Amino acid sequence: MRIERLKKDLDFHDNDNIDLSLIDTLIAKYNGKKGNLIPILQGTQQTFGYLPKQAFIKISEETGLKLSEMYGVATFYAQFRLKPVGKHIIKVCHGTACHVQNANAITEAIQESLGILDGETTEDNLFTLESVACLGCCSLAPAMMIGDDTYAKLTGKEAVNIIQNIKSKESN
Amino acid sequence: MEKTTVIVGLGSCGIAAGANKTYQKIQSLLKSNQLDFELKKTSCIGMCFREPLVEIIDKNGSYIYGNVDENRAIEIIEKHIIKQEPIKEYVVKTDLFDTEDNKFFEAQVRIALRHCGLIDPESIEDYESQLGYAAIRKIATENINYEVVIQSILDSGLRGRGGGGFSTGMKWRFARNNKSDEKYIICNADEGDPGAFMDRSLLEGDPHAVLEGMIIGAYAIGATEGVIYCRAEYPLAIKRLEIAIEQGRTKGYLGKSILGIKGFNFDIHIKEGAGAFVCGEETALIASVEGERGMPRKRPPFPAESGLWRKPTNINNVETYANIPWIIYNGATEYSKYGTEKSKGTKVFALAGKINHSGLVEVPMGITIRDIIFKLGGGIPNGKKFKAVQLGGPSGGCIPEFLADTVVDYDSVNATGAIMGSGGMVVMDEATCMVDIAKFFLNFTQEESCGKCTFCRIGTKRMLEILNRITEGKGKDEDIAKLEELAVQIKDNSLCGLGQTAPNPVLTTLKYFRDEYEAHIFAKKCPAKACKALLTYEIIEDKCTGCTICAIKCPVKAITGERKKVHHIIQENCIKCGDCYSRCKFEAISLT
Repeated sequence: MRIERLKKDLDFHDNDNIDLSLIDTLIAKYNGKKGNLIPILQGTQQTFGYLPKQAFIKISEETGLKLSEMYGVATFYAQFRLKPVGKHIIKVCHGTACHVQNANAITEAIQESLGILDGETTEDNLFTLESVACLGCCSLAPAMMIGDDTYAKLTGKEAVNIIQNIKSKESN
Repeated sequence: MEKTTVIVGLGSCGIAAGANKTYQKIQSLLKSNQLDFELKKTSCIGMCFREPLVEIIDKNGSYIYGNVDENRAIEIIEKHIIKQEPIKEYVVKTDLFDTEDNKFFEAQVRIALRHCGLIDPESIEDYESQLGYAAIRKIATENINYEVVIQSILDSGLRGRGGGGFSTGMKWRFARNNKSDEKYIICNADEGDPGAFMDRSLLEGDPHAVLEGMIIGAYAIGATEGVIYCRAEYPLAIKRLEIAIEQGRTKGYLGKSILGIKGFNFDIHIKEGAGAFVCGEETALIASVEGERGMPRKRPPFPAESGLWRKPTNINNVETYANIPWIIYNGATEYSKYGTEKSKGTKVFALAGKINHSGLVEVPMGITIRDIIFKLGGGIPNGKKFKAVQLGGPSGGCIPEFLADTVVDYDSVNATGAIMGSGGMVVMDEATCMVDIAKFFLNFTQEESCGKCTFCRIGTKRMLEILNRITEGKGKDEDIAKLEELAVQIKDNSLCGLGQTAPNPVLTTLKYFRDEYEAHIFAKKCPAKACKALLTYEIIEDKCTGCTICAIKCPVKAITGERKKVHHIIQENCIKCGDCYSRCKFEAISLT
């Protein structure tokens, strides 16, 4: 059985305390170019880790992109999120190959160890757990990705150990 | 004599298996021992099951070592480099003596993957040294007309490797025939099929081959701008493409009057996908490049007529482009020597799932599925029985064991109800539940449906609900008939490939594994013992010694009994975690 992904959160985060000037160069780079909406959103998310409401308004005011279009695109693609995430995003692969090699056991072990469900963030804001469709490491299934690092041929225990290692490095 | 070379495979899968550590270890050995060898990087050669891989080329030839962790790296450097004694038992591939894994390569014909695992993908000189950019140079020096280029591709019989299987030459001709001041050429690198990874491997291993294919395509149709639409989940592929594009510009393969061809101006840039499976569909991909929600558009007009920014546009897949330079350089006849009557050339398959040798293989069309799985793939692990192979991802289907002698070409695979797709082959053994697999794919397409067509949006949801209840033991008598009815409606009433093919995984499993559906619905049993809700764990009284270990470890205290007396499982409390089953040393727990 595949773990159900949480429904995408369609509400903006409140209480944002962010420095909007961080995206000035990004806006300047893409302003007026056709097809710029997705790259702008990608850049904004890279800067803040998510898409803050104020950034939406600023981008709209400066580029003339419609807020409705931006929201439509942001909620269509799996990559974009409207809420902050943890420092490390754990992407557990649930592609076909990982599924038949029991990727569910990996997700379940991490859920138990971190005390969060799929799509949630730990209280210390260190980790967000996500299920993804396919990382393209099918021959080394089951796999997960944390940051740009991919871990292969996992067991639930190994996955938890990797996360614990990151955690202890963070606390030093 | 040339210097001994040590090459470490640094593709995504190699890195995941620890190749970076191996590389660093060899690098430090090179420095500290003042040894005399050259250390290079390459990408994936396809033997994912032996990663990390290290190749040593010495005066005798090439030796590829498998499973090279840091310790093994030290051992290999000491024996092979210092003492000049290759360690035969670690060698997985060489031409010098027989190895067990040589079989993995014997039936392969590597055209698209010709450089993967051999060259440094970050070096344009490496690519050039292997006849790289020789095809576009041939066009420039021999002044070959675009019409001749298109005819070669037509004659080669090359069909779209992304899954559609449409003639590449025809596509090019349509795009050429539409007059416009601007035309676009797009590379679809949004490899979304879970279970396929050949495009990632190609982009990481031989990015210049894809660029050269696009440049030739641009010349043929008269395009001025190229876009590579690549998944954001492939950071290494994107990085290597960026390097390759920059190198191509510096060397004059991209830019104005390319290789002196008058009026041939062409450049390429990358668009990162934002995560939507439907964007593998041509018109949805175009919408996404334009910055919109990736929703398919009605065809006609086809992209060849009105595509990106309403201009004539040609879209091909990564693997298709990688074949192009080889065909132009070696000729269409050479390519069409391989394959079957209607499916020419070779195809790359990604072997994964319950198979011994998982990895990438490139085989001539016409080979049987059985040969791929058993000769190249080394069969099924742990002595289990081969049950089925899933081809074509969420749009494809499951081909059962009794059809394993089906040859791989577009038409034969279609006849089984599956599709060739991009070439993902996920192998399943007797422990895989086919209803669960169908549910897995439906869950995927249901989530990825863009929502435009009612039948795809709601129909897949209803099908998923039915499959969910079947696997939970709540299946109803009429469920199979309902699934079949919905499947037909969804196929007939959806605009794009996603909806038209979404029911395929259900239809093929119903066709070949109907008895499994019936067992779930009527007997409330899962024959593969995979659907948790349908399992029953019981204690076999004759075998139970009363050791108490199961009772102590049971997370929900569903097992009762006294020491040295037979234990019992309270069924209504059991969560079917299987802990007792795997713990019992006396095989006293039965699973039905």
